[in-house]
Amino acid sequence: MATAPTEIRVTPEIAAEHGLTPEEYRRVKQILGREPNITELGIFSVMWSEHCSYKSSKVHLKRLPTRGKQVVQGPGENAGVVDIGDGLVAAFKIESHNHPSYVEPFQGATTGVGGILRDIFTMGARPIAVLDSLRFGPISSVGAQHAAPRLGNQPLDSATLAANRRILDGVIRGIGGYGNCFGVPTVGGDVAFEPCYSQNPLVNALALGIARKEDLFFAKAKGAGNPVIYVGAKTGRDGIHGASLLASAQFTEQSRQKRPNVQVGDPFMEKLLLEACLEAMQTGAVVAIQDMGAAGLTCSTVEMASRGGTGIEIDLEKVPQRETGMTPYEIMLSESQERMLLVAEKGREQEVLGVFKKWGLDAVVVGRVTEGGLARIKNHGSVAAEIPAHPLAEEGPVYNRPIAAPAPRVESERDWFRFAPEGTNLTQNFLKLLASPAIASKRWITEQYDTSVRTNTLAGPGASDAAVVRIKDPKTNEVKRALALSTDGNGRWCQLNPRVGAMHAVAEAARNVAASGARPIAATNCLNFGSPEKPEVMWQFSEAIDGIADACTALGTPITGGNVSFYNETLGKSIYPTPVIGMLGILDDVSRVLKIAFRNSGDLIVLLDGSSFASLATRHAPRATSDSAREFSSSEYSKTIAAIVAGEPPSIDLADEKRLIDCLVALAAESVVESAHDISDGGLAVALAESCFASLGNPPNDCHPESPRSSRGEGPAFSSLSAAVHLDDNSPLEFSLFGERGARAIVSVSRESLAAVLAIARQYGVAAREIGKVTRGDAFCIELKGRAVIEFPVSSLRDAWANSLERAVTSR
Amino acid sequence: MKFGVVVFPGSNCDHDAFYAIGNVLKKPVEFIWHQSEDLANCDAIILPGGFSYGDYLRTGAIARFSPVMKSVEKFANSGGLVLGICNGFQILCEAGLLPGAMMRNSGLRFICRHVYIRVEQTDTAFTNAASKDQILKIPIAHSEGNWTADDATLAQLEKNRQVIFRYTTPDGLNDDAGNPNGAIHNIAGISNCERNVAGLMPHPERAAELALGSADGLVIFRSMVEALVGAAKATA
Repeated sequence: MATAPTEIRVTPEIAAEHGLTPEEYRRVKQILGREPNITELGIFSVMWSEHCSYKSSKVHLKRLPTRGKQVVQGPGENAGVVDIGDGLVAAFKIESHNHPSYVEPFQGATTGVGGILRDIFTMGARPIAVLDSLRFGPISSVGAQHAAPRLGNQPLDSATLAANRRILDGVIRGIGGYGNCFGVPTVGGDVAFEPCYSQNPLVNALALGIARKEDLFFAKAKGAGNPVIYVGAKTGRDGIHGASLLASAQFTEQSRQKRPNVQVGDPFMEKLLLEACLEAMQTGAVVAIQDMGAAGLTCSTVEMASRGGTGIEIDLEKVPQRETGMTPYEIMLSESQERMLLVAEKGREQEVLGVFKKWGLDAVVVGRVTEGGLARIKNHGSVAAEIPAHPLAEEGPVYNRPIAAPAPRVESERDWFRFAPEGTNLTQNFLKLLASPAIASKRWITEQYDTSVRTNTLAGPGASDAAVVRIKDPKTNEVKRALALSTDGNGRWCQLNPRVGAMHAVAEAARNVAASGARPIAATNCLNFGSPEKPEVMWQFSEAIDGIADACTALGTPITGGNVSFYNETLGKSIYPTPVIGMLGILDDVSRVLKIAFRNSGDLIVLLDGSSFASLATRHAPRATSDSAREFSSSEYSKTIAAIVAGEPPSIDLADEKRLIDCLVALAAESVVESAHDISDGGLAVALAESCFASLGNPPNDCHPESPRSSRGEGPAFSSLSAAVHLDDNSPLEFSLFGERGARAIVSVSRESLAAVLAIARQYGVAAREIGKVTRGDAFCIELKGRAVIEFPVSSLRDAWANSLERAVTSR
Repeated sequence: MKFGVVVFPGSNCDHDAFYAIGNVLKKPVEFIWHQSEDLANCDAIILPGGFSYGDYLRTGAIARFSPVMKSVEKFANSGGLVLGICNGFQILCEAGLLPGAMMRNSGLRFICRHVYIRVEQTDTAFTNAASKDQILKIPIAHSEGNWTADDATLAQLEKNRQVIFRYTTPDGLNDDAGNPNGAIHNIAGISNCERNVAGLMPHPERAAELALGSADGLVIFRSMVEALVGAAKATA
């Protein structure tokens, strides 16, 4: 006869199988004052998993700046909340769903999006935008087949490339499948490809929601005797131990067998849940609400009680169940999706239940709030688990894990990029760079997302450096301001120098937001790292935290929340440390959105450089070529053209970044520039080309180009504009064209506005240099000291850039 | 004059249609819950885009059985204006208020982008404010917009001039090249024989303001307003 799991006697071995260390097991017994039963052990194991407890990261996360005058809610709730004026608040957060997306790409990605959307509407905010930061293994062999032996990458065979393409395809379909049906636009994000992500893709989803400030909800149980109501999908056996086994352990060859641990998403159910929850909240009868995400019913009951300083009691036989014969262990640990737990005001249950009935959803009173701080789980009259909520939620293990910097990399000029001699024509290399998946147009991906539903998208994917959505007042529909969002994080740079790389992630995200015209105000972060049990990974983590903290402090953008994802390793190999920053900015005037597209032939192209005037003198003096080579060896160009990944990320000066950001915001507010585009991956040359490509009147990659008729007196622009640029740097040619040093942007300016632009730049201490002009016609040309170094029809450049991703993905 | 926007479980462009009519065109508009058989004295009904019932079974296949659809059918049969957008078009086909059926896009993927459609007929309540052959830039966002019908139905449709919008290129010269989803005869939108019920896959409510990339979709709602004003005058 099979033994019911509840009857299993807990032993130290079983505790170990649940991922609890002997010391953690001892603490469990100490908190309970007795041995746990198997259900209680399961509850402790998920609550104390890395994923739910942040036990290895807590001590470091404390160093992040989290306060600011606009911050309404910092880390610790379902999402961070900032004040955006006019009585409105924005709730936003980024979260990872990495391991599930490798095991089962489609469902992993859908439930990642579903989870972050629930986090937002749990707060009472209606989701209005989603962004996705994605990292995959290489999908084409261009520049990748022999990349970076120094960084420990395995060689790529065709099977790996094909597997990566399948993962990419599944993830994209999953993100689209969920967001499109739910009715939230997926407006942006970023995608990068590195060999280290081959068996560990990163899927980080960010959601943004809007609420009136007085309508915010928090997950704090209050009022002993208040009913606890379960709403949404029925509980099934899916996703049991998702948080502890999938998210908190590294992968082995058997990981595919963990497919049953991946949950299955239903966006239609979530859409109903959204509408019903927002409607129920409006009744005034809802006291608190918490979604059931990782660790399901366990996490929601325990955290609501712990935050409210109350106890909670629920009856498992009342929980709607999809399958028969589920044990308390299974019900408590299930991660079935699209479920919520809420506390209603006693006596007003029917108002709440009525709303859910209208939307055709299960809503059942399953328990009540109690005094005394105990979480009591009953099943058919007996007590299945009884645990003090606060110690379980808040007094879990905290580790200050050993940290060890890796041995310094010993490199010499031989390991670095060797610059082409002066006067070399670089057109062919430029074409190759434009066609590389990292740089190429992401149209093939973003067209599979609904980017325009909710009619707020002022700048969708590729239109501006950041995604820009306008805000409608939830009650009056009146258009207020606009919000800009960007996600960034260069794992390759963080591998070479985690502190500097993390600073760049913050700086680039903020720069992107500013280049859309918005003022960066707050950030959310998703920290993707290897195993915290490795001292060198903890060193990377600690360094990255310090880098983020420094940069967020310097730029005045506190971190309001986010997520840590450890154990991103397969077969003992860690991914590049990849902190992803989601930056939120605010734009007071919706008509001042800056886009990257050049708009009028004859406009002047101005290069803005935030490097202070003082440092500019030294910077313009010829640098040692070895310094340039060292920095350039970490660039996209070096990786793509020479298969070299080495050296250091570009040095960064946060004061320079701040100056440029302030200058861009001022230029947008004064309406004196026609376009703006920051300089990042692929350097100045790529930025110039992208501004040309985006000018096409009918760009298939852009859901929201300026209507052709609205461009200033030039009629429909069905061919793109081009650029003629003259440089006179003393740096090596490739360094000038493709270097990725930050704090720089290009803007296009009408002749009449040039003086105003130069004056504003001077006011903010930003160097502004006219480097060329926007032209009509097909010739794209960059000259260095009077000699053409890139010269090619812009239509041909565009073809290489526009279609290569689709070609790579659909190739067999 | 009053517009009604039907809300099915899973509708997600209901707010957008409401906003385009109420806030951009500034005409009276209200939501109608799918369980209601009362159309609240509305003069025009919009079935909005979205994923009613999660697209389970087939797009629009379950929504057509919602109680509100009985009233919509009666309303349509008595000459009332009904416009189905995207999922609304799919529902109208399932309900038999419009001919034909939807298949998966020929590329088997969801597509969201601006497309160009040509106004083929101007003697309908949805196109009377447009000029013949006018090209409209309007976004699509769907997986199943590959409209099709048997040869006889198609011939009948063309003969009756019921094809009111056809996909084309921005210059209006190459319809095949402008077709995003494989729809037969490049059909983007059709009307019924009586010309008071129409469906189209592109989203005119998303093309109602230049700030969002195009205001070309407004002409469809303006046409409906004109038709209602004209009808009111005729009965006065």
